[in-house]
Amino acid sequence: MNRYPLWKYLLILAVLVAGLIYTLPNFFGESPAVQVSPLRNSVKADLALLTRAETALKSANLAPQTITLEGNSIKARFADTDTQIKAKDVLRTQLGDDYVVALNLLSRSPQWLTNLNALPMYLGLDLRGGVHFLLQVEMKSALAKALEATSGDIRTTLREQNIAYAGVNHDGKIITIKFRDDATRSKAQSELKSRFADYNLNSQEVGGEFLLQATLLATAERRIQESAVQQNLLTLRNRINELGVAEPVIQQQGIDRIVVQLPGVQDTAHAKDILGRTATLEVRMVDDEHPINAGSVAPFGTEIFKDRDGNLVLVKKQVILTGERINDAQPGFDNRNNEPTVSIGLDGIGARKFKEASGENVGKRMAIILFEKGKGEVITAPVIREEIGGGHVQISGKMTTEETQNTALLLRAGALAAPMEIVEERTVGPSLGADNIERGFNSTKIGFIMIAVFMIVYYLSFGAISVVALGANLLLLVALLSMLQATLTLPGMAGIALTLGMAIDANVLINERIREELRNGITPQAAIHAGYENAFATIVDSNITNLIAGIALFLFGSGPIKGFAVVLCLGILTSMFSAVLVSRAMVNLIYGSKSRLNNVTIG
Amino acid sequence: MELFKIKRDIPFMSYGRYTTAISLVTFLIAVAFLFTKGLNFGVDFTGGTVMEVHYAQTADLNKVREQLSGTGFPDAQVQNFGSSHDVLIQIPLKANKVGSKLSENVFINLCQSEAASSNGSFETTCPQVVRSYCEQRLKEPNIAKYDLGWKESYGLSFNCTTPLLKKDDEAKVTLRRVEFVGPQVGKDLVENGAMALLLVSIGIVGYLWIRFEWKFGLSAIIANLHDVVIILGFFAFFQWEFSLSVLAAVLAVLGYSVNESVVVFDRIRENFRKMRQAGTAEIIDNAITRTMSRTIITHGCTQMMVGAMLFLGGETLHYFAMALTIGILFSIYSSVLVASPLLMMFGVSREDFIKPEKVEAEEVLP
Repeated sequence: MNRYPLWKYLLILAVLVAGLIYTLPNFFGESPAVQVSPLRNSVKADLALLTRAETALKSANLAPQTITLEGNSIKARFADTDTQIKAKDVLRTQLGDDYVVALNLLSRSPQWLTNLNALPMYLGLDLRGGVHFLLQVEMKSALAKALEATSGDIRTTLREQNIAYAGVNHDGKIITIKFRDDATRSKAQSELKSRFADYNLNSQEVGGEFLLQATLLATAERRIQESAVQQNLLTLRNRINELGVAEPVIQQQGIDRIVVQLPGVQDTAHAKDILGRTATLEVRMVDDEHPINAGSVAPFGTEIFKDRDGNLVLVKKQVILTGERINDAQPGFDNRNNEPTVSIGLDGIGARKFKEASGENVGKRMAIILFEKGKGEVITAPVIREEIGGGHVQISGKMTTEETQNTALLLRAGALAAPMEIVEERTVGPSLGADNIERGFNSTKIGFIMIAVFMIVYYLSFGAISVVALGANLLLLVALLSMLQATLTLPGMAGIALTLGMAIDANVLINERIREELRNGITPQAAIHAGYENAFATIVDSNITNLIAGIALFLFGSGPIKGFAVVLCLGILTSMFSAVLVSRAMVNLIYGSKSRLNNVTIG
Repeated sequence: MELFKIKRDIPFMSYGRYTTAISLVTFLIAVAFLFTKGLNFGVDFTGGTVMEVHYAQTADLNKVREQLSGTGFPDAQVQNFGSSHDVLIQIPLKANKVGSKLSENVFINLCQSEAASSNGSFETTCPQVVRSYCEQRLKEPNIAKYDLGWKESYGLSFNCTTPLLKKDDEAKVTLRRVEFVGPQVGKDLVENGAMALLLVSIGIVGYLWIRFEWKFGLSAIIANLHDVVIILGFFAFFQWEFSLSVLAAVLAVLGYSVNESVVVFDRIRENFRKMRQAGTAEIIDNAITRTMSRTIITHGCTQMMVGAMLFLGGETLHYFAMALTIGILFSIYSSVLVASPLLMMFGVSREDFIKPEKVEAEEVLP
């Protein structure tokens, strides 16, 4: 009656062993480390960099415990934080500006565990310390910017087509164009309709004026908003790289918000400076007449910049255009030879200036430079093939689709697409984080011990079985959290404690049921069987109501509360497994084989 | 060991009138406190800035208050947080005139006043600030401009050439935590919290309806929302801070205490099938008496865990655990003494479980 087939025992054992393996990495602790990763995608961390870092550290008499190449970064572990900080300074000065050198904490768990993908739990900012920002993108100004650009384009188009207009204004999502008579208006309408597909055109007469109203379509509005957020995300990513943070999180949240999490960062003032900084783009001509190499001095009237691959480019000081004149930059394909391209849209003034400059400089190279913090970098330097008018510029030539996408984003990302505001900030110091871990751990430990003592005193051997099942529950929950790399927050730790406190319910139900059946005079074997069978439906029911609460919290919670909800939901699943299957397996192993069981110790 | 050896069923249902009256009164008192005193919403919901500052010596709250009102924050609330060394400063949203740099400004001001009163240098008082300043100065190409900014804002300049040996834990003042929540975020959090509460309620009623019957779903949710209101009443009466984590605890309690009702309801259903001769009141009395031992033990165990959090979890988890404690205590009471009388009131009967066809078949037989 109370016997499991062998496969069931083996399955439970396998789950527990897996749980143990995935829980293990959490016990090894972390050692201070320095992480070196390339600032740009074009540079790769390789063995050469590893040797460079090794020799740099050796010459400074700093011996790392281990130094390895992992993914696209080099990670060096140190015995203490003092050496770590010294090593960071050495590497930062030795390796130059092309790499991010950041302090980090690395798990001390052995390699074979890491190979199994067994990693310690991912700690949230309230446990490891760091800054959390929630930034709100001001969509109104993104839209206003887009409409401003379109208004300029409409003016240019009407002028080119020789259609007389009295004025172009924009307000909210509507551009209003004034005409003096109906005939020019309908001519303009048919002309504009084909070119501005993102707008809905309709005519109106107000106070004797002939108006044409262009309303931004909802789909186009959404596209503008999306690209504004994407652009801001990219800009932020580039800037945060510079901060030297080991594992920054930069994510979109909702329609118009961006979450930035910087673990380990304490200097919030500086972080805020960097997030809010504005960058500019400049278009200038390349000076190809003077050969340059590393160390050479720029001739009069020119400057030397690096491009994204680190090559030197000599550029004239005279500025043709600034980034404000660029409306848009999109990746695309040339319709003649299907080559990947970047199309740039310029506003009216920009188009005129560009036409002049390109007309004068056919066959020469033009550089687009991104300035941040007074430091310029050449994004692209294409050759001008012919005079370009109309404000639409196409850059092509030996670029992959990925490159065109990056270039387009960078051209747009010169500045933020729309201003952003910090709407939420949470900073936790490292000492508080460590305290939080200790408190969470201690309360779980003490609570667990109290429950264990009570259960054993109250239910004797069945109590002991329940405690082992509860321990299995904790093991599986921690293993699951480590496996999923879900973020563990302080409320999450509270969630672990709470689920353990609630999980014992299932065992209490079972034990009480067994006692009751025994009291009714059934044999012990039958009582055990009936106890588990009858309690099962109730356990499922009560866990499902808990699960409903957990899911609602997950859906509507944010930040740390989400962490709590994740733990609650996972804990309910593991507790069902351990309370029902693990404890039953143990009971079956102990009592199931005895054919004549006269007495069970259940208090 | 066995704590509950109850031979005869306790006639809970005959006390139904009194227990319902008691819970109605507690409920009304809780509602009254909610309306008169209101909840003391934390910064998560109202928006504003919270700073936790740690002093190496016992913190002088009055001096901190003076310092804050002197620098333009007369509305700031200053209180101890956990220990006499830790100070919690709350600055409401409308008082913030400096924008996102508020917390840095306030902290540097506190450092300055602490350095002045203890005759120490700024460097030894707040190495945190100085270290980040110096690190930045090394990176910043435009040093003069960077220095000037500091001089203008705080009248400070540091010598970065001497190595900064002081570690954070030797500092006299440390900034442990900053939370800033803008008005829009607070509004969203309130909305999301209400949505979560609604979803949990609907989910539970729906589930119990499918699993049992609508009468069960309705009486369980009334009983448990009554718990929620009482928890909120406690928070209103004592003016404890109602934060996001307290809200999470309230929702968790809702899911947890419905458990309790589910266990009793399960028994009631079972009894309707087994105890053919008994009346509804007897059946419910028996179900409650039989599950009482489990109820008390389970809640006791959960409360051990929650109690550990309440006393050892630190200030952050304190009110979270407090909400759970109140919730657990009242859910014992409400699921037994509120949900079951309600179930009676809704007129639960054997016919809710045993299909009429069966009854007809029985009638044909004799």
